Amino acid sequence: MKKLVVLGAGTGGTIMVNKLRKVLDRSEWDITIVDQHKTHYYQPGFLFIPFGIYNRQDVVKPKADLIPAGVKLIYNAIDKVDPENNKVLLEGGQVLPYDYLIIATGTRTVPEETPGLKDKLWYKDIFDFYTIEGAVALAEKFRGWEGGDLVMAIAELPFKCPVAPLEFVFLADHYFHQLGIRDKVNIKFVTPLPGAFTKPRSSKMLGELMNEKNIEVIPEYYIESVDNDKKELVSYDEKKIPFDILTIVPTNMGSEMVERSGMGDDLGFIPTDKFTLRSEKHENIFVLGDAANIPTSKAGSVVHFSADVLYENLLSAIEGRELMAKFDGHSNCYIETGFGKGSIIDFNYDTEPLPGTYPLPGIGPFGLLQNTKMNHYGKVLFRWIYWHILLKGKEMPIENEMTMAGKKL
Amino acid sequence: MATKTYAGVNVEVTEEGYLTDPTQWSKDIAAEIAKEEGIDLTDKHFEVFDYLRTQHEKGVQLTIRMVGKSGITDIKGLYTLFPGGPLKKSSRISGIPKPTSCV
Repeated sequence: MKKLVVLGAGTGGTIMVNKLRKVLDRSEWDITIVDQHKTHYYQPGFLFIPFGIYNRQDVVKPKADLIPAGVKLIYNAIDKVDPENNKVLLEGGQVLPYDYLIIATGTRTVPEETPGLKDKLWYKDIFDFYTIEGAVALAEKFRGWEGGDLVMAIAELPFKCPVAPLEFVFLADHYFHQLGIRDKVNIKFVTPLPGAFTKPRSSKMLGELMNEKNIEVIPEYYIESVDNDKKELVSYDEKKIPFDILTIVPTNMGSEMVERSGMGDDLGFIPTDKFTLRSEKHENIFVLGDAANIPTSKAGSVVHFSADVLYENLLSAIEGRELMAKFDGHSNCYIETGFGKGSIIDFNYDTEPLPGTYPLPGIGPFGLLQNTKMNHYGKVLFRWIYWHILLKGKEMPIENEMTMAGKKL
Repeated sequence: MATKTYAGVNVEVTEEGYLTDPTQWSKDIAAEIAKEEGIDLTDKHFEVFDYLRTQHEKGVQLTIRMVGKSGITDIKGLYTLFPGGPLKKSSRISGIPKPTSCV
């Protein structure tokens, strides 16, 4: 029997085993997937929890329900990969030999990387919303809050779902308006980027929205530490920003398993061919999603689009053919902008987000780089699509490769 | 694109003043670009340039964090060497392209 092992049963790992179990002959291939956690979180939903739009129940399902029959699911922490000997070592001593390995262990937030972040104010006045615990704690904090300085800050690049902090401040603006205390809440957006976002057109559009909503953007700010006594952020060039509530995107790093395996870069992301998605070092290892160091967003849409490429290339590798499928870096993000509206950006390695219509050129129904109600409905519907279509690896009516049709230069 | 003369050499630069061809760079050119940025160069600055240019040649996407861990200086030190925008300024003076922040 030949063996395919998948590490991580998040979005990427789950899609891959659903796709591959259908094509790899059961009499020839064992498929095993390993994850230490039993719960699958719908991570795009975390954003809505602080504002009481979703609660914990809205964003969880047991992982076991999402893995198809014929795939062995092991709940166990991973110690490390031994790529020279084609083995995965699990904590507790179990050894999984493999012919092919897919690493989809994602990224994690590491508040410990910033001095003073995970200190006495953690989950009292300082919160993240990238974990269920942080999102729920922040929801409770907001419920009793009467206003002050609300600072949304990004600690380090790259980080998962790069539009989420923008959505957070837009939703906060809406939320405090509804509570009638927006005039008492001073919202600041602190980022190491040169503006609200990266690329010129989207940065401009989103920067203007920030302005309209009276949210102050503080760009090129690189956090050195958090002063818990004075309740302020301190940057490397000693600029200080006071806060009453700090919402932070902590430094993102790859899995500790990657570090232990000696396979990561300085942030624990695995050097990966950005076109073929194969490990740069090992021919029988592929890397999917956030765990890879490829220069595109760490986001579910990237996982989804690149899963098609990885699937093609893995089958080619198994059959000894050249890897012909090339990932273009395609990423697509809904951006909630508050008051029942949303925007969408669609881009890849070479093309910045442009205005236009999506997915049907000229028709839509979604408007790229536009602020519409329809875009918001798309985001609302997406949760159903995620659980029922995307994770199952089923066909969606959108192309994995980015298209210029429908975009305006 | 524009042509500029640094240390008596004509070089092509981008709108933001970054050399388009890193091989045209020299220490004298660096000193003149540094002057425009209001920075007096020391040996430490040149150690940073060496590191940046070597990494750039290898195709590495540079980050402030990476330079801070290079062993030459830490992030705080980098801000002292290049006040305001350490990676942007050090990239410009060392003749490599403007760093792209990838999210």
